[in-house]
Amino acid sequence: MDATVILRVSAPLLLWVPMALSLYLLLRGHNDPGGGFVGGLVGAAGLVFHAIARGHAAALRVMRLPPASWCGLGLLLAAASGLLAWLDPQAGYLTHRWWFADVGVTLPIGTALLFDIGVYLVVVGTITAMSFALVAED
Amino acid sequence: MRQVLLAAPILIPLAASAVTALLWRRPMAQRRIGLAAAVLLLAATLALLAEVVSGGMLVGRMGNWPPPFGIALVVDHLSAAMLVITGLMGLAVAVYAMGPGAQERDRAGFQPLFHALLMGVTGSFSTGDLFNLYVWFEVMLIASFGLLVLDRTKEQLDGGVRYVMLNLVGTTFFLIAVGLLYGLTGTLNLADLARVAPDVGNQGALAAAAALLLISFGAKAAVFPLFNWLPASYHTASMPVAAIFAALLTKVGVYAIIRVFTLVFAHDHALFGPIVGVIAMATMVVGVLGAAAHYDVRRILSFHIISQIGYMLVGVALMTPLAIAGSVLYVIHHIVVKANLFLVAGAMRQVGGSFALARLGGLWASRPLLGLMFLVPALSLAGIPPLSGFWGKLVVIRSGLEAEAYLLAFVALAVGLLTLYSMIKIWNEAFWKAAPEPAPQPAAWSRAQRIATFAPILLLCGVTLTIGLWTEPFAAFSIAAAESLLDRDGYITAVLGAPMPRFAEAVP
Repeated sequence: MDATVILRVSAPLLLWVPMALSLYLLLRGHNDPGGGFVGGLVGAAGLVFHAIARGHAAALRVMRLPPASWCGLGLLLAAASGLLAWLDPQAGYLTHRWWFADVGVTLPIGTALLFDIGVYLVVVGTITAMSFALVAED
Repeated sequence: MRQVLLAAPILIPLAASAVTALLWRRPMAQRRIGLAAAVLLLAATLALLAEVVSGGMLVGRMGNWPPPFGIALVVDHLSAAMLVITGLMGLAVAVYAMGPGAQERDRAGFQPLFHALLMGVTGSFSTGDLFNLYVWFEVMLIASFGLLVLDRTKEQLDGGVRYVMLNLVGTTFFLIAVGLLYGLTGTLNLADLARVAPDVGNQGALAAAAALLLISFGAKAAVFPLFNWLPASYHTASMPVAAIFAALLTKVGVYAIIRVFTLVFAHDHALFGPIVGVIAMATMVVGVLGAAAHYDVRRILSFHIISQIGYMLVGVALMTPLAIAGSVLYVIHHIVVKANLFLVAGAMRQVGGSFALARLGGLWASRPLLGLMFLVPALSLAGIPPLSGFWGKLVVIRSGLEAEAYLLAFVALAVGLLTLYSMIKIWNEAFWKAAPEPAPQPAAWSRAQRIATFAPILLLCGVTLTIGLWTEPFAAFSIAAAESLLDRDGYITAVLGAPMPRFAEAVP
């Protein structure tokens, strides 16, 4: 796989800008369009750029864990977000819990955020797993 | 505590799938966690069953959204029994999968996919919402496709593509039916659907939606004429995968048919009863004839899955308490027996070197214990007393005679005979006839692998014998399950709360 010089040099930019944007989208999804799924897609796009520019081994080094492990971590986080429901044993699984953190402004933090981060990780893991398999073909 | 129990059968495989995926590069750790999760799942489902038997139906609102707005998990007698059987099969196959070939399977991702499949199955059995059922079907479909092509051979990809294509068509019908039902009734909660379905003005459209659901669930259950995907794909899968597929996947379709047609479309029974009856008979006959024509152990067993599905539909066809009890008993018995036959087939392959009957032989002389382990599920499948299949067939046929469906009862009897024929065929060829020349070299396997292979077979043989010799509690449970299935008002009240008093219509 031969990437052009321009692509190889701009690879870090193409990795970290989408990554930062994906985190912004993830947090924005709280009340506005965005969220874990869209954020995960954008983040995965950054990693796929990196795989095209520097080869998928380099992209895997950036990710540190294999894509399947990202999926596992995300699933675990999403599943665990529902467990907080049982602070009240009568409540159904996935019942939301809220914590209004008071740091200058009031930050409403809920289990939905935890769930969304889980979705983010699963999407990144799935998309990279699929596209790296395709990149590795040749 | 009841809420935890209710969600546990879904959460345990979910957690297992997540953790084993997290440990992607460490197959040994994956295997241990997978086994622990399987034990835990069986324990949780048994606790859930005890809770349902002592305290009645369990209802949970996910996210505390009240039904019909949120998704409800509902576990009644039938669901609880299916969950326990799922747990039992999960454990048996998790142990069996530690036998020969375990390392290759685990490196290809067997553990995460296997537990994802179990999650799809337990989710389908627990949910009280039609769209949620669709989601669980998709979870199952994706996980099963991954499992089917685990070895990445050309044969498996071929079978896998057929499997996915035909199942996708089936689930598309499901989605169309869901859309129609939502348009007609404005709800997808099964209890709420059951409440409003009899009063829907456009009963024709409702029947159309029911027919679409029957097609979709029928394709899942591999009934006539939608069974082609099953013999095209099952024989390519590795043995543990084939065993868990044979045990659970088609039964989810059967469960969905029983659930929806006893609950939501019960008032339409005059229309759908005879249709299901004809489908049941055709399925029994076609399946058993297909099995008679084949000479590969896996293919014979695959066709027998189809044939036996017919028996399970008799309950929906007749809709009498006894017939539904017969279906429940039959499903429970069949899952154990069928999975066990696949496990035995894998062991036969290991010691005999082949799945083809022509190349097998002399196993009775060299492995008499394996012969006995084959005979228990095989004779039970054919319905020889006092094994579990006899009682299942007895109840089904008797309910047919009581409901004066003589043709149905006769077909069920005749198919039982033909089943015996193909089981004897396997017996004669693989066990009784002289070993072929040159004698096959049994593959080398370690002591631990032998234990992993034979322990689940013995366990399932024990379950079959228990159901056969100590039928009373199982029969009583099936009748209780049938009564709770036919008590639609009880289900509706349990999920939605007591019916609201009707005030005068609001005047604008």
